[in-house]
Amino acid sequence: MASSTDSNVKGENSQVSYKKYINTKTDRVLQSKKHANDIFDVIEYLQSEKDKEVIFATNACSKVFCQLFYRGDLYVGDLPEEEDLVNGDRSAEEKYRIFMRHRYSNCVELLLENIGHKAFQVKETSLCALMKFVAAEGKHPLQNLDEHYNFPRELLQTLVEHLLSEKEDMSLLISRFQEFLEMDDVRYYVMSSVRDNIYRVMGRNKKAVIPVYQNNVFTLLSTINVPSEASKMRHFLVRQDYKLEQWKVAKLKEHKRAFEQMWLVFLKFKLPSNMYKKILVILHESIMPQMSDPTLLIDFLSAAYDIGGAISLLSLNGLFILIHKHNLDYPDFYKKLYSLLDPSIFHVKYRARFFHLVNIFLSSTHLPAYLVAAFVKRFARLSLTAPPTSLLILLPFICNLIRRHPSCRVLIHRPSTAEEPCDDPYVMEEEDPAQCHALESSLWEIKTLQKHYHPDVAKAAMKINEPLTEQEDDISELLELSTFELMERELKAERKTIPLEFDTATELLKSSREVLGVHFSLE
Amino acid sequence: MMRKQQTFSRGLSDKVRKSKAAPEIQKNPFEVKINRKKFDVLGRKSKHDVGLPGVSRSRAIQKRKDTLLKEFRLKDKNNTFIDRRFGEYDSKLTPEEKILQRFTLERQRTQDRKDMYNLNEEEELTHYGQSLAEMEKMTDVIDSDSDSEEKGLLSAELTATHFGGGGGLLRKKSAGDDEEEEHKPRSRQELIEELIIKSKQEKRERQTQKEEAQELTEKLDQEWKSIQNLLAHKTPKAERTDETDKPKLDQYDMMVRELGFEMKAQPSEKLKSAEELAREERQRLQTLEADRLKRMMGDAEEDAVQTNTHISADDMNDGFILDGDDRKTLAYKDGKWNIEGEEEEKEDEDDDEEGEDDDEDDADEDHCDLQSDEGSEDEDGQGAEEEQVCAEEPPAVSEEQKKAAQEAAKAELPYTFPAPESYSDLKQLLQGHGSEQQRLILDRTLKCNHPSLSAGNKAKLQKLFGFLLEYVGDLATQNPPDLRTVSALIPQICGLCQMFPEAACKAVQTLLSDSGHSMEETLEVKGRAPMPDLDMLVLLKITALLFPSSDFRHPVTTPAFLFLSQALTRCAVVSLEDVCKGLVLCCLALEYVSLSQRIFPELLNFLLGLLHLTVSDKHNMGYTVVSPFRRQGKSCDLLVLKDPNVSHSWNRKPISLQTAHRLPAQSPVERDHYRLSLIDSCLDLVKRCTWLYKDLPSYAHIFQPIRALLLKHLPVEGYPAPIQDLHREILDAIPEKPSQHAPLVFKKKKPIPLKLFTPKIVQILDYGKKRGNTKEEKERERLKHKYKREFKGALREIRKDTRFLAREKLSDVMSRDAERKRKVKELYGSLATQEGEWKALKRKNRK
Repeated sequence: MASSTDSNVKGENSQVSYKKYINTKTDRVLQSKKHANDIFDVIEYLQSEKDKEVIFATNACSKVFCQLFYRGDLYVGDLPEEEDLVNGDRSAEEKYRIFMRHRYSNCVELLLENIGHKAFQVKETSLCALMKFVAAEGKHPLQNLDEHYNFPRELLQTLVEHLLSEKEDMSLLISRFQEFLEMDDVRYYVMSSVRDNIYRVMGRNKKAVIPVYQNNVFTLLSTINVPSEASKMRHFLVRQDYKLEQWKVAKLKEHKRAFEQMWLVFLKFKLPSNMYKKILVILHESIMPQMSDPTLLIDFLSAAYDIGGAISLLSLNGLFILIHKHNLDYPDFYKKLYSLLDPSIFHVKYRARFFHLVNIFLSSTHLPAYLVAAFVKRFARLSLTAPPTSLLILLPFICNLIRRHPSCRVLIHRPSTAEEPCDDPYVMEEEDPAQCHALESSLWEIKTLQKHYHPDVAKAAMKINEPLTEQEDDISELLELSTFELMERELKAERKTIPLEFDTATELLKSSREVLGVHFSLE
Repeated sequence: MMRKQQTFSRGLSDKVRKSKAAPEIQKNPFEVKINRKKFDVLGRKSKHDVGLPGVSRSRAIQKRKDTLLKEFRLKDKNNTFIDRRFGEYDSKLTPEEKILQRFTLERQRTQDRKDMYNLNEEEELTHYGQSLAEMEKMTDVIDSDSDSEEKGLLSAELTATHFGGGGGLLRKKSAGDDEEEEHKPRSRQELIEELIIKSKQEKRERQTQKEEAQELTEKLDQEWKSIQNLLAHKTPKAERTDETDKPKLDQYDMMVRELGFEMKAQPSEKLKSAEELAREERQRLQTLEADRLKRMMGDAEEDAVQTNTHISADDMNDGFILDGDDRKTLAYKDGKWNIEGEEEEKEDEDDDEEGEDDDEDDADEDHCDLQSDEGSEDEDGQGAEEEQVCAEEPPAVSEEQKKAAQEAAKAELPYTFPAPESYSDLKQLLQGHGSEQQRLILDRTLKCNHPSLSAGNKAKLQKLFGFLLEYVGDLATQNPPDLRTVSALIPQICGLCQMFPEAACKAVQTLLSDSGHSMEETLEVKGRAPMPDLDMLVLLKITALLFPSSDFRHPVTTPAFLFLSQALTRCAVVSLEDVCKGLVLCCLALEYVSLSQRIFPELLNFLLGLLHLTVSDKHNMGYTVVSPFRRQGKSCDLLVLKDPNVSHSWNRKPISLQTAHRLPAQSPVERDHYRLSLIDSCLDLVKRCTWLYKDLPSYAHIFQPIRALLLKHLPVEGYPAPIQDLHREILDAIPEKPSQHAPLVFKKKKPIPLKLFTPKIVQILDYGKKRGNTKEEKERERLKHKYKREFKGALREIRKDTRFLAREKLSDVMSRDAERKRKVKELYGSLATQEGEWKALKRKNRK
């Protein structure tokens, strides 16, 4: 792009000329073996400073080498050194093949380098060219190896290595790469190479956090989806006719295992905190179901649960699935959940998910009353700092809990010692719900909220004044409520009359209950 | 007619009904019809178990005979003979008694007469109180009138001939013309012709007289017109010409007319004393306040009463409000009496004829009437001109020029303005004027376009409110913000709001919704939003001025609350300006809840977060800050003083609202002063909160984090003395230990009574007990039922009536036929006997 500052005529000329030049060169290379040396000129262009030239050359290279693959003009087997070629006693034909094979590996190297190029288009074309090579190599293997069913593992591995850069965010390219991952064999080998790669890189970095690299890995991993049924695995980049049944790549089980290992390796190392959040958000939906044994995630989940804050809230979801579906025993689960509750839960992004889960956790009627009472009381105490959207969830939620556990009714109705003022026996600082004396307390906080400024909140809080109805309130609709939605609801309501302030104002900062004017002046 | 008949028949029918059937009939088993009951219901009284159909039928027939038949007989007979004799229709009196009474009355009448002692005198017969004997004597009274027949429009002759009958005329004529034409008696034909000619002549004479009079008046009018112009410029009460033309008016006539035209003293409303006015005002405020409290409790949501304005007794209920009164106020301008409307119209004339202006008030008034139609057009034209002037005015640069321009504008400010049709119109109208002038312009615009003046004005003014809010927003976002003008425009905005609450509500709602929406969008895209700009802060403030924030639920203030909540929880605080805006929001929030004492958790969270910004050491906290603040991070020490010695030079003064828009470049010391002011305000707000919420059950828990912060973390030693005092006061106000409260119990309900075996009492209405839930519905059902029954009954009665009448008619015909038959038979009989006799005679003769 920098070259475009040249004069137009010259630029156009050069543009036309390089295209013509590359085209004639490639044609000559393909036409006869005599002009084999022209390939050097084409490969040279891969290092050009101009993006367009690089792209054009890349396409030309892929064309040439694919053609050569097709013709079988590339040497098969262990490649002898180029220096040996001169004194070796080989036929001209063989020499030509060895020569071309060397050019091919040169070309591949350059293309791999180009994956780290500045311009995305160069990256993209390089990636595509390389994948073409992968396909061609698969069809016309360069090594005589049977175990791996001719799949060019090394090439793919180096490609993945370059994709998972440690310095650069490759998310765009990775999303481009996603289309190749739909091929089952590519996916399988990518998974195994990623696993090796992570081992290598993290080991090299002594298990320190590398945000860019881990981000790239995460982007790549999150794009990988294992098909749900074995019958769907029909899509291969390299067709294998030989012993298909025994081919690992064709087995769903193997896929799942590779997937699982890949993730486990990734999660084994220390992650940046935002990465935790990203992983946990997708964990229960796109990772756990595709693993053959999700219980292996327990280490990761319990580590995340212990981190605290939003990460703990998010890890709840995965834990829940493990407990619920995989029969996991998690000691002190409720105690930990209890200690998770602090004022920030009402302000995090994942509030809806959290309340959804807490609602599920506390839905059992077999929980001890002291535990439920502790939760209720803690929620009530925290509600004193909550915004109206949270309160609209929280208040019906508390009422539901009391409905489910009639022994907690004393929290809102304690007739025996009526009219005698007492201190609040509840201990907010106590971590253990069994020790916090919640059952001896009353929900004065809800009483306070009856004076809340939002009418719906006040009404919801009023409900504790009277015996609760049998029917539980449905809170699922309220979970995603935002302040603006509340506002809109209020704005749309039909109102017959609009009361006005009867003290007519004369100035901006002058009214009967002025606060702003006390602290601020117009000038 | 029907009605009369009904009432009449009612009276009679009552009478008929009262006469009970004779006991023997009641006992007669052939008369009695027994309605068989299906079930015996205990305690039910049935009226209709036994009936006497024969009796009731005969009763009904009798009733009809007494009422309907009588009427039928009298049908088409207009004259009725009413016998006024004493006791004629009184059935209670026996004929003997009647005669006796009449006789005594007659006697009594003769007793009163003056010649009661004259025993021999015959009773004098009278007609209309005049003795008949006297009348007989004055047979020719009319003759004496014949002399005066020429006078008067209706001559006696004419009347006599017209109404006296032919005989009278003849006799009179002969009496009148006795002497001359005795020998030549004229025929009736001639007499009548003469009469006609005479009357025609009279008519013609009268017509000519009238025409003459009309001509004279026309002439007079023309002359008057020709001199009218002269008159107008000369003395206003010049009557010289009139004196010559008109006959001198009678003193008395003038007096009478004056009295007739004089304004009658109208009964006016009693002038209220100051005391009464004050009491009324207080009462009004009390009711409004009570209403506000009711709304605050949320009870009166449904039956919300329009508390809009005080309605005076003179209010025509046409939306005309005294505030927007466009009565001309008495004011002097440049030494002249300034009447706004007229002044405008006169302006043109004033230029030409200033000198004469004073002595032709009366004439001018006439002019005004004539010109008033053109007036409005003129005004529009002038308004437009004036606008152009405003638009062309170059923006004043220097202070002097500005002042001069203002002076010029003041001098030129027109009195009427067209209502702006678009926002740019309004902007054009107001821009380039000082704040007071803008207020004046707006005021005049409102007055000129008062909804009572023209039909389209209402819509225009409603739109104007939206434009005004937009304009205010623009003023607030200017650099520097022109808040003075905003403040000056407040009364107009209030006035408009009072006029059109719905439109105002809509306008504010739209702004709130738009702003909330854009904030929501930025939140979704970026994860956090900037603090609302000064225009939103001003709008929120205006909202508090216009609408009651204490209502339990209000279409404007509830969304405004939510907007505040959103801003206080989601907007990032990254600069001192943000802190300032946040403080403004807190002030507004506190203002919003100050009357209702409602709890606003976001406000307290935000104040805690602000105080957290003052703490430099963020470790080991005894409290948690929530969104939008973070425990530690980039902008977490915005309020930490850079120089600890700066507190000596700080003194308390209000912070300028303009700094919320953009903080001017300041020295570090000034910045620290600014920080101190912010901290001071923040602490004061906390103090106000402690006052406000001290009665809440969870008071101590709510303020626990703030207390922990103030007690342990706030670097209060480095602050000036006033802030230290504030700090101490707050700590005193927040108790260390939470206060004691009674445990919660449900509201006491009335105990539900045990089920008893007492019968349930259900009101059984006419139509049964099933239908209708509410009282109104039941009443409607009852009336419907009643109407149906009455209708059916009436229909049946009418049918019976017609049947009865048909029967009567038939019997009439039958009887008439029978009579005729009888008569014919009689005739035949008589003829037969005659014939027989004749034949017998003949036979006899023959023999």
